[in-house]
Amino acid sequence: MAEVFFYLLAALAIGGGVGMVTRKNPVGSLLFLVLTLASLAGIFVLLDAHFLAAIQVVVYAGAIMVLFLFVIMLLNLGHDYQPDIRGGLWMVMGFALSGLLGGILAQRFGGGGELTGALLPVAGGPGAVRALVEEHNAVGAIAGPMFRDYLVPFEVTSVLLLVAIVGAIVLAKRRI
Amino acid sequence: MMLAESLVLSAILFVIGTFGVLVRRNAIIIFLCIELQLNAVNLAFVALSQYVGIEGQVFVFFVMTVAAAEAAVGLALIIAIFRHYETVNVDQFNLLRS
Repeated sequence: MAEVFFYLLAALAIGGGVGMVTRKNPVGSLLFLVLTLASLAGIFVLLDAHFLAAIQVVVYAGAIMVLFLFVIMLLNLGHDYQPDIRGGLWMVMGFALSGLLGGILAQRFGGGGELTGALLPVAGGPGAVRALVEEHNAVGAIAGPMFRDYLVPFEVTSVLLLVAIVGAIVLAKRRI
Repeated sequence: MMLAESLVLSAILFVIGTFGVLVRRNAIIIFLCIELQLNAVNLAFVALSQYVGIEGQVFVFFVMTVAAAEAAVGLALIIAIFRHYETVNVDQFNLLRS
């Protein structure tokens, strides 16, 4: 059953990605990306990352995509249908580079290769995270390490967000 | 426990994102493709965290925060550039070339 859902969501995610790259209209492109992000949230649930699935929907598909949509509307690009896909040499280079990258990744990741074989004996094995989630619930499992072992990076992240807010205002405002 | 399938899906999405960055001219869509690449990497992290430990998910949380900050600053940059050039087409940004 889980496999069926996984393949369904994976097909939706890939379809959304292809649609995003091929749409002329920026708003259509963005809505296809929202489809991809939502399918990835479903896949996160299948991979025992329930909290991240919720964050993915709320923060990514919600907040960040609305920010992008807001900028598209603000710059009035929503009905600007001129085709902007590069042709000729750029297209050849795009196919060549992504084919090369895909080949390298497929060789590394595909078919339970060397990576899977090297990882299986490490730390707890495949059921470790599922047991952790069953013991501490979805939020507790991730909150424990975050506030115990990764407290300093967490606080640094809040400073980073503050810097980003100030930087965005400084860049986008006409006169300060 | 679909590790290999998840990693392959992650690779496919990353390649689609790379292709989009290379062939599109609209700066906002290039940004969207970079978001897709970030999500592909997040998927690889989550898939591997099942085997290696919960730290992978903590890292995905940080990646999402940095992506939010990056989107805010990047969109502010696009607005500033648009104000100067009246376009978001990256072929038109040729001040250094002329």
